[in-house]
Amino acid sequence: MSINIDQVTYTFIAESRELLEQMESALLAVARDGMDAVNAIFRAAHTIKGSAGMFGLDPVVEFTHVAESVLDKVRDGAIPVTDELVALLLGCRDHIGALVDAVERGTLDTDADLAQAGMPLVAALQGYLGGSAGRAASAPAAAAGAAAGTGHWHISLRFGTDVLRNGMDPLSFIRYLGQMGTVTGVVTIADDLPDADAFDPESCYLGFEIGFDSDADKAAIDGVFDFVRDDCVIRIQPPENRVAGYLAWLDEAPAQRERLGEMLVRCGSVTAHELEQALAAQATARAAGTPAAPIGAILVEQGAVHAPVVEAALAKQRQAAESRPQQENRSVRVDADKLDRLINLVGELIIAGAGANLVARRTQIPELLECTSTLSSLVEEVRDSALQLRMVKIGATFNRFQRVVHDVARELGKDIRLDVSGEDAELDKTVVEKIGDPLTHLVRNAMDHGIEPADVRAARGKPAQGTVALNAYHDSGSIVIEVSDDGGGLKRERILAKAIERGLVEPGRTLSDKEIFNLIFEPGFSTAEQVTNLSGRGVGMDVVKRNIVALRGSVEIASTEGAGTTVTVRLPLTLAIINGFQVGIGKSVFVIPMDMVEECIEFHEQPGCDWVDLRGRPLPFVRLRERFGIEGAPARRRSIVVVRYGSSKAGLVVDQLLGEFQTVIKPLGKVFAGARFLSGSSILGNGEVALILDMAALLGGVEADSVAAVA
Amino acid sequence: MNIGETSQGAAARLAVEGEMTIYRAAELKPVLLDAVRTHDAPALDLANVTEFDCAGLQLLLAARREAARLGKRLALVAPSPAVVEACLLLGVDLDGDAA
Repeated sequence: MSINIDQVTYTFIAESRELLEQMESALLAVARDGMDAVNAIFRAAHTIKGSAGMFGLDPVVEFTHVAESVLDKVRDGAIPVTDELVALLLGCRDHIGALVDAVERGTLDTDADLAQAGMPLVAALQGYLGGSAGRAASAPAAAAGAAAGTGHWHISLRFGTDVLRNGMDPLSFIRYLGQMGTVTGVVTIADDLPDADAFDPESCYLGFEIGFDSDADKAAIDGVFDFVRDDCVIRIQPPENRVAGYLAWLDEAPAQRERLGEMLVRCGSVTAHELEQALAAQATARAAGTPAAPIGAILVEQGAVHAPVVEAALAKQRQAAESRPQQENRSVRVDADKLDRLINLVGELIIAGAGANLVARRTQIPELLECTSTLSSLVEEVRDSALQLRMVKIGATFNRFQRVVHDVARELGKDIRLDVSGEDAELDKTVVEKIGDPLTHLVRNAMDHGIEPADVRAARGKPAQGTVALNAYHDSGSIVIEVSDDGGGLKRERILAKAIERGLVEPGRTLSDKEIFNLIFEPGFSTAEQVTNLSGRGVGMDVVKRNIVALRGSVEIASTEGAGTTVTVRLPLTLAIINGFQVGIGKSVFVIPMDMVEECIEFHEQPGCDWVDLRGRPLPFVRLRERFGIEGAPARRRSIVVVRYGSSKAGLVVDQLLGEFQTVIKPLGKVFAGARFLSGSSILGNGEVALILDMAALLGGVEADSVAAVA
Repeated sequence: MNIGETSQGAAARLAVEGEMTIYRAAELKPVLLDAVRTHDAPALDLANVTEFDCAGLQLLLAARREAARLGKRLALVAPSPAVVEACLLLGVDLDGDAA
């Protein structure tokens, strides 16, 4: 095939994944939504099959076809929707997903394992199909061979000028039709081809009249053209009203009637004899004194045309044509790499802008100062909108967990429901991509260890159905994701005992509840009494914590024994650019994320005391000079920057307050991988490097110190 | 991919090699039309066309029509399997008159 395979295949892959997601949520909602959900599932499978066929992805077509046949029977009510069927169809959905992945990797035709994996599913599906299994197994390509009882369709296509530019080749659509039936003839209409000079070689001016033998239904034939619907006028003339329909059409375009008639004959859609007869009938009618009535209308009267059929079909097509553009105008698919590049450029722009600002301030030319300040505010807006482009709602990620909960609940034999809230909270796409695995782990853990078996729940007076909840909200420049369950909660004493046994805690030490609960994030800590398939294999919460910390986030756990557990994950909204508050210690510059800065106060040294009285409350502080081992005498006038991270609040003692600057976050090199308290670096306007403070680590340290001091 | 002329003068034969698709449509159009306009008996050698799509077809049709407008006939010589297959599928007669 000579069409732009990369770009179009990418569209196919992206759309298929979207459809698979719709299919999955419909499958999970089938018990509640009934027929609507079944229809949605069928549509998704059908569309994937149609587009896959267009690309000649036979393994996808063959497999999806079997699933679709079963769905068709479900739709007709011939097969009842059972839990087993839903589980099977979910499995099929996953397999289609795997096939689509293989398409992306380009290994679809060579991956024998994948084909093997599909066999049991196909066998199970055919169990539902019963007697008709044999036919279902043979893909549509084979159906074309058995065209004995098929109808003759006539398809008329007029492509829009942009089809070729959009990477589609009309030729491939016609080739694909050949897989669904037999193309009896094609006439290429090049009437719209302009004169040589006006001819744009990259525009499409062609139309096609196609005669087509197939037992496929109209929707299936129509589905072939899903990808070009917006770029193409499609007219499909069904077998039942052939001649009459053509004549009605001829009436619409009287100027071309002879040529059209000729074309129909050439396509094999009408025999010359049939056409002659019909035209003669029309002529007779005219002679009889009813010249105004077009022949289509006459034939409808005679019962030769099924008017409602035509109308319904037309209305449907119209509807499809109207609803699509609206949807598509609202959003544009953009390659994520392009966005990343844009964000990188904006980052460079900010750094360059800061440099210009610095020069302007040094020269003190009023006009230049004015220009640079306008420029800075514009750059800031550009930054915000650029970052906004990468923001996605967390809802899509949350909804994936419906499936996880469904599957895991089945596996565990527990009845568990997932409650989702705060789906509209937005965060950076790069963060969303990386949060999936840790969240999955937390949800599985909650289901496996958190929710008790039904009998225990009943004994505790809880509802038999357990609940796992996902919630998200924004809080001071972070997004907070909570995973909670209404299960047994953490057993404080058991965790402590185990921690002592593992040598994580010295016996006899007093620890707060929070500290004890946070012990389960230590490497090699697993309290599951029973090792299950899901968790308790020793790789658990420590991996979750490590993944979250790698995203500059933090994780906390709160639990009430007998009532449930809540794990709170706190993540930065973006990994790219932040508003930073710069502070100086000696010659070094550090950056504090602006959203965490509460206020700045004056610092008075009191030897031996590492807290200050902030409006009647003690505020612990950290001397950054000591923490980072910066040499030299402290400045005469020092300040405290009061920062808040989650529930903890502390002060940072610094020499100078430099003010608010936009900060482009650059990762620290591998050399600094072991550096605590730092989460990244940034380049200043004068080319120097500033280090970004890791608030979670710094404040965590303060809290531990103060608790230790109390104990 | 190559576009080469094998002989000069009245009966020039232009050989199109490689793809004759949307990717090269913009490049091929002036070459084809130029060949049609400057030679008395233009001929296109299509023996080495490896890929052929609707854009390629349009180019051929446009060139042929331009030839007809100038009172010439564009000869299409030795079409490759790719060209023949596409034309067969689309019901285009390679030896026929300008559509």
